[in-house]
Amino acid sequence: MTSTLTPVRSKRSALTKGQLPKYAPYVVLAAALVAGAAILALVGFNAFGWGIVSAILFAVGLVSWSAAVEGSRKAKDKLATCLVVGSFLIALLPLISVIWTVLVNGIPGLLNPGFLTTSMNGVTGVYDNRAVEEGAPVIGGIYHALLGTIQITLLATVISVPVGLLTAIYLVEYGNDGRLARAITFFVDVMTGIPSIVAGLFAAAFFFAVVGPGTKTGAVAAVALSVLMIPVVVRSSEEMLKIVPNELREAAYALGVRKWRTILKVVIPTAISGIASGVTLAIARVIGETAPILVTAGFATSINSNVFSGWMASLPTFIYTQILNPTSPANPDPSSQRAWGAALVLIILVMVLNLAARLIARIFAPKTGR
Amino acid sequence: MSKRIDVKDLNVYYGDFLAVEDVTINIEAKSVTAFIGPSGCGKSTFLRTLNRMHEVLPGARVEGEVLLDGDNLYGPGVDPVTVRSQIGMVFQRPNPFPTMSIRDNVLAGVKLNNKKISKGEADVLVERSLKGANLWNEVKDRLEKPGSGLSGGQQQRLCIARAIAVEPQVILMDEPCSALDPISTLAIEDLINELKDQYTVVIVTHNMQQAARVSDRTAFFNIAGTGKPGKLIEVGDTQTIFSNPVQKATEDYVSGRFG
Repeated sequence: MTSTLTPVRSKRSALTKGQLPKYAPYVVLAAALVAGAAILALVGFNAFGWGIVSAILFAVGLVSWSAAVEGSRKAKDKLATCLVVGSFLIALLPLISVIWTVLVNGIPGLLNPGFLTTSMNGVTGVYDNRAVEEGAPVIGGIYHALLGTIQITLLATVISVPVGLLTAIYLVEYGNDGRLARAITFFVDVMTGIPSIVAGLFAAAFFFAVVGPGTKTGAVAAVALSVLMIPVVVRSSEEMLKIVPNELREAAYALGVRKWRTILKVVIPTAISGIASGVTLAIARVIGETAPILVTAGFATSINSNVFSGWMASLPTFIYTQILNPTSPANPDPSSQRAWGAALVLIILVMVLNLAARLIARIFAPKTGR
Repeated sequence: MSKRIDVKDLNVYYGDFLAVEDVTINIEAKSVTAFIGPSGCGKSTFLRTLNRMHEVLPGARVEGEVLLDGDNLYGPGVDPVTVRSQIGMVFQRPNPFPTMSIRDNVLAGVKLNNKKISKGEADVLVERSLKGANLWNEVKDRLEKPGSGLSGGQQQRLCIARAIAVEPQVILMDEPCSALDPISTLAIEDLINELKDQYTVVIVTHNMQQAARVSDRTAFFNIAGTGKPGKLIEVGDTQTIFSNPVQKATEDYVSGRFG
């Protein structure tokens, strides 16, 4: 070591002095947890309060230590970090709580034999009473509701996507920001804000007037959901079509390609990933609607595979009726178990749709690479 | 396979605004004509009227005649799509279709119009067009890769290949080298020299050396001031325009004493 002119200092150089050691946050965190537990023990311990008090102690401790050692600039930085991370945790709390509650309550229901493959047809309070009193298995399932939700949502998508996409194409490619285009944009915005129950009432009233009073089928519900879906599809597709560079349209025109072919073969393929994920998110948005389905498709306990006739169950209305009108009023537990199971299935459906949206976006995205 | 263009008394408007005033010019077949002039003088606007791309913009319109071998492009009943399939265009920024492979980009003019073409014919057309654009040797092993993965200069040559694949009579180029480095620019200029054996080429450029290098005839456009229409000041053999122009404004511009 004699050959080196300036001896290398073991850990702290002149450039790193006046910094908190790397382990500082962990030390403060441990101290805050212990102090928090001690304070809470005085007033009566609970986990929620422990978390809040410890978080506050941690922030105060770390910031003041930093202010003492590192100066005010670093202390402000630490304070901002604490606030950002704290806000993130607070925002995350409800989400985790919802998922946790649904998982805990839903898994027993989901594990019932035949939960996904049987309907509630013929399941009466007698069976539920027996399940509670004698320990017999809980019977009955959500097959009819799952089938109904899938059919209604599929039909709503089949109605909404062509209407929404064509509207968006008109607005972006042909509207020229004229009076009609501006009127459409305005009414689409208004439609976005329509409460879902109003959409349901509209569809019900429309079919009562056109087909006959008391018309309640899956198709009516699909129309109600379309009213909610179309503005979302129009808005997202419009944004996606707008960001297709004009140069690509001009390139196609300059090759002697007609306008509608340019739109069909150049503009839409370029924007398809965004459009597809927008549509999937719109589906996820309406799949959990309860009120409009209740007033348009009614409620059923048996399997109805014809979307155009007869009342039809769906997952949200199934949950609603199972909680509000348990199959056995004396023993509501089996019903509530079924409701939680259905809620879990609904959440899984929405998650799968969101994942599908990402997958679709990736598959259709313009290819890069050399 | 090339036609001449004769423009008579052409006024170009954006809405009520007169952008280019009273242009009369003859563009010879199988030659390169360069448009030069300061920014905003209407060179590009005028170029876009030659294949009816101008009217794509809302409110844009044209008065006057543009004759392609005697047929008026703006005559009644003329379909702009027919015009554009005869007069191709290359833009300032390379714009290959991002969803298509290199091969599909070259075939875009055929495929987007849903014309039937056998695989053998398509292969021949792709090879001929890419060779015509001096790009074949660089991309022949990766024709199925996306066109957006090429370098800027290669992308611009891909766009030229795409334009010549539809076998137009005339090729318009709107500052094709302004986004490219000197080496890619040289490749494109060499290409222009080869293209004029078969096509009528019109090129807009800000680069006067480029105009002097590649063109047979040069047209100088100028503008009197902001908000005034652009005008064609002088057109003639490139040699004459750069060495012995008739108009004072032209001489000032080409010698760098402009403004």
